[in-house]
Amino acid sequence: MFYARNNEMPASFSDSSTGEVVAAGVNLRTTRVTARMTTASLDAGTPEGATHVMHMIAQNKNKEAFKVLFEHFAPRVKGYMLKLGTENSLADELAQETLLMVWRKAEQFDRSKASPSTWIFTIARNLRIDAFRKLNRPELDPEDPALIPQAEEAADDRVDRIERADIVAEAIKELNPEQAEVVRMSFYQDKSHSEIAEELGVPLGTVKSRLRLAFGRIRKILGDELE
Amino acid sequence: MSIQHHLMDETLMAYAAGDIDQATSYLVATHLALCPKCRAAAEVADDIGGGLIEDVEPVEMENVAFGNVLERLDTFDPVAELPRAANIGNNPILPEPLRSIVGGDVDAIKWRRIGPGVHQMRFDDIGGPSSIRLLKISAGASVLEHGHNGEELTMVLSGGFDDGAQSFSRGDIETANEDTVHQPVAMKGEDCICLAVTTGPLKFFDIFGKIAQPFFRI
Repeated sequence: MFYARNNEMPASFSDSSTGEVVAAGVNLRTTRVTARMTTASLDAGTPEGATHVMHMIAQNKNKEAFKVLFEHFAPRVKGYMLKLGTENSLADELAQETLLMVWRKAEQFDRSKASPSTWIFTIARNLRIDAFRKLNRPELDPEDPALIPQAEEAADDRVDRIERADIVAEAIKELNPEQAEVVRMSFYQDKSHSEIAEELGVPLGTVKSRLRLAFGRIRKILGDELE
Repeated sequence: MSIQHHLMDETLMAYAAGDIDQATSYLVATHLALCPKCRAAAEVADDIGGGLIEDVEPVEMENVAFGNVLERLDTFDPVAELPRAANIGNNPILPEPLRSIVGGDVDAIKWRRIGPGVHQMRFDDIGGPSSIRLLKISAGASVLEHGHNGEELTMVLSGGFDDGAQSFSRGDIETANEDTVHQPVAMKGEDCICLAVTTGPLKFFDIFGKIAQPFFRI
């Protein structure tokens, strides 16, 4: 059984989902019971729930919350690694590393930038790439003085990223079978567009146009939903 | 002037999925630094990955997995950050992650002349199969007319060029393929610096290009 670390708790913190206020400084036994009660209702299986769990990890280094997050996401990250052809024990190890990275970088998680599942996906993807390449995956640097910022808030910029991720996840399910197939092959099979074309026995241009159509469809649904 | 020529959606999706090679990833990430529009689209592409990770069939972790991770939670193990080139001014021309592989801004580029008015710097350590290079075309000069055995993505970093049909300036990407024969000409008044990624060797029609090709691996 794992407990929230009392010594790192602020004087009091309010649990926004339950409205419970936990006071620090009360005896250990009471705090343990409270910790158990607040984490019993935690659920990382919904975007809002996972966001709440992420905040408990970021703010309080709450290990109970981390366990909830681990139990939901580690088996999925492992499933993702296996789909991409990673051997079983390495898939398990990469899933462990992904969740460990989530714990360490939890303070950098920003719900205004990404939903928890999107954020965890990018960490898993990058760790997998870095495990197989001698150089890390190149990424832009958000602090770079050369970075050109958004001129003004784009329409979809005001939208909660969690809502956006939710709409995208639903939109994937509405793709026609041919488009869904190339999207899945691209994300799940680590195949280049030419390899996908070869496997499906269609021209390269067809793979590209199906991906473009799929992306266009997802963005159209996103645009309609956000209006 | 804002960027007119963007990354293709399928390239953004491949970058999000993690299945384009290292060389092309550098060009994509460098473009994203300069292009808020593609950056917003790339975030949506990441959301596709996030949606699929929720959708994937979960596979049971090994019994010891959580215990292993738990043991390491309190150990201090700094998160490795990507190397970043230091000593840049306030207005670097090269954005990250490109600046780090150059080792600084434009004045740190190690140019090698490959023809009249044309210089390059290759990055042979960056994994392919594509190859990535910086190109400098002197103001008003042109690259030899060439075709392509694969795809060539050329992004302008400073100055600009004209390929006969369209013009390209900072941040713009020209996408050329097997069907494209072009002869980019740098605009007058300023040298044009570009980042180019090619999936196959170029096809030269000119005897000088054919002679130079094996030497400079272009």
